[in-house]
Amino acid sequence: MLKVEGLNVFYGAIHALHDVSFEVKQGEIVTLIGANGAGKTTILHTVSGLVRAKSGKISFQDQNITTTEAHVILKHGLAHVPEGRRVFSQMSVQENLLMGAYARKDKDGIAEDLEKVYMRFPRLRERYRQMAGTLSGGEQQMLATGRALMSRPSLLMMDEPSMGLSPILVGEVFEIIRSINASGTTVLLVEQNAAMALSIANRAYVLETGRIVKEGSADALMHDDDVRRAYLG
Amino acid sequence: MKPATFLITLINGLQLGSVYALIALGYTMVYGIVKLINFAHGDILMVGSYVVLFMLTTVFAAQTLLAKVIAVAAAIVFCVMLGIVIDRVAYKPLRSAPRISALITAIGVSLALQIIAQLIFGSEQIKFPQVILNETLFKIDKKPVKSLPIITCCVSVVLMIALNLFVNKTKPGRAMRAVSEDMGAARLMGINVNNTISLTFAIGCTLAAVGSVFYAQKVGYVKPLMGSLPGIKAFIAAVFGGIGSIPGAVLGGFVIGMLETFVNYFASQYVDAVVYGLLIVVLLVRPAGMLGKAVREKV
Ligand SMILES: Nc1ncnc2c1ncn2[C@@H]1O[C@H](COP(=O)(O)OP(=O)(O)O)[C@@H](O)[C@H]1O
Ligand SMILES: [Mg+2]
Repeated sequence: MLKVEGLNVFYGAIHALHDVSFEVKQGEIVTLIGANGAGKTTILHTVSGLVRAKSGKISFQDQNITTTEAHVILKHGLAHVPEGRRVFSQMSVQENLLMGAYARKDKDGIAEDLEKVYMRFPRLRERYRQMAGTLSGGEQQMLATGRALMSRPSLLMMDEPSMGLSPILVGEVFEIIRSINASGTTVLLVEQNAAMALSIANRAYVLETGRIVKEGSADALMHDDDVRRAYLG
Repeated sequence: MKPATFLITLINGLQLGSVYALIALGYTMVYGIVKLINFAHGDILMVGSYVVLFMLTTVFAAQTLLAKVIAVAAAIVFCVMLGIVIDRVAYKPLRSAPRISALITAIGVSLALQIIAQLIFGSEQIKFPQVILNETLFKIDKKPVKSLPIITCCVSVVLMIALNLFVNKTKPGRAMRAVSEDMGAARLMGINVNNTISLTFAIGCTLAAVGSVFYAQKVGYVKPLMGSLPGIKAFIAAVFGGIGSIPGAVLGGFVIGMLETFVNYFASQYVDAVVYGLLIVVLLVRPAGMLGKAVREKV
C-alpha cells in the first residue's frame, strides 16, 4: 500500500534520513521505533509532503507521490496525526473534526463519519463546543485522531500518540489504534514507547540516526537481544 | 465642549476610525497568516484612490452614478489583483527566509508603488472627484451633519460584520483560521495554503480599496504619498488591538480614529504625540495588544 525506497532527506547540511526503505501492506499495523532524534517524525513528514526528499521514491497505492503537494496527498487517502497533536486550539472540538473533512464534498458521508467519531470518542461529543486548546492531553490526542479519521483515510499515520500521557491513557490510546485497524484502516505507527508499539504491531522497523537498522515481525523484534537491550530496557 | 460640537466630533471620529479599521484589518489578517507586517498595505489605499480618479476622469466622460459604481469596482478588482501579485512575486519566495528579509522587501514594495505612482501621475496632489454623496442630512444647533461620515461608518460596519461571518462561519474562513494557527497542520487537512494566503491578501485589499474611496473623499485629493500616514495610523491601530486579532483591529481603528479627532479638536499639535504615547503605554501594559493572544512562537 505504502512503499518508500531509498529516501534521503536533508535539513540544510544535516543529513536526517539515509537511504530509508520500508513498506506498509494493506491491513497491517506497522511501527517505526527509534530513540529521540532518530528521524521518525522526518519520515512521516516526508511521506505526507510537509518535507521534501532529496532523493528516493514514495508510492502510495501504486501512485508515485514523491513530489505531490501535502494538501493533495491527503486526498489519496493518507492521513497523518502529527507529533504533539497540533489540534487547532482556537477552534471548537466540532470545528476541528470538520477541518479533518475539509477536502471532502459528500455532506452525508461527512455527517456519517462525524457520528462514527463521536461513537468512538464519547468524550468528544460531550465537549463538542469546547475550544480544543482547553482539552486535556488525552482528549487532544482523541481529537487529533478523530480529525484524521474524518478524511476517511485508508492509511493512518500516527506520530507518538502516547507522548506525555499517563500509563492508563497510553493503554487506552493503543486500544483505540487496534480498534481503528480492526475496522479496516491500515496504520503506520511511530513510537518511542517500543514495548507498547511492538505489542500491537504486525511488523516493525528500527531506526537509528536516520538509518533503518533492523526490520522484522513485531514478535521477532520483541525477542531480539539488541532491541531488548536498546529499547525495551 | 457644547453637545452639538461633541456630537459632530464624535461622528468625525467614527468616520476616521472606520477608515483606520478597514485598513488595520488588512494588516492584521496578513500578519495573522504569514507573520509579515505588510508595509505596502497603506500604499494599496493610494493605488485604489488613483484607480477611482483615473476611471472618473480619463475613462468615463461623465461622472454618472453608474460610472462611480464601476470606478469603485475597478479599484477593488485592481487592488485585489495587485495584492495577490505582490504576495506571489515578492513575499512568497521568502516564506521560509528570516522574517527580516520579508519585512525589508515589504518596505521596498511600498517605495516601488509610490515611485510608480509618481512616474505615472506626477508627484503633485490632484483633486479627488466626488464619489459618495455628501449632502447635509440635518443640522444640530446650526451645525450640519453630512452624509459622507454616516455612509462611511455604515458601509464599514456592514463590511466588518460580513468579514466576521465569513471568517467564523464559512469553510474558506475556517481554512484561514487554521492556516493562521498552524500552517503545517492545515496542509495535513488538505488545505491549499497558497490559495488561502492569496484569499487573505484579496480580502485585505478589498477593504483597503473601499477605505481608499472614503479616505480620499474625506481629504479631498490624491497624491503618491497619501497612503503613508493612514497606513501608519492603521498599523498602530492593529498593534494596539493586538496584531493578528480581527476584533482587535476594529477596536484599535475606532480608538485611534476617535482619539485623533478629539485631541485634534482641543490641541491639534499634540495629535501624533498622544497616538504614539498611547501605543507605547499599551505595549508596556499589554505587549500582545488589547485583544491579542499572548504570543506563542511555533517551532
Ligand atoms: N526542522 C528541522 N530543521 C533542522 N533539523 C531538524 C528539523 N527537524 C528535525 N531535525 C533534525 O533531524 C533529526 C531527526 O529528527 P526527527 O525526525 O524529529 O526525529 P524523531 O522524530 O525520531 O525524534 C534530528 O537530528 C533533528 O535535530
Ligand atoms: Mg518525533
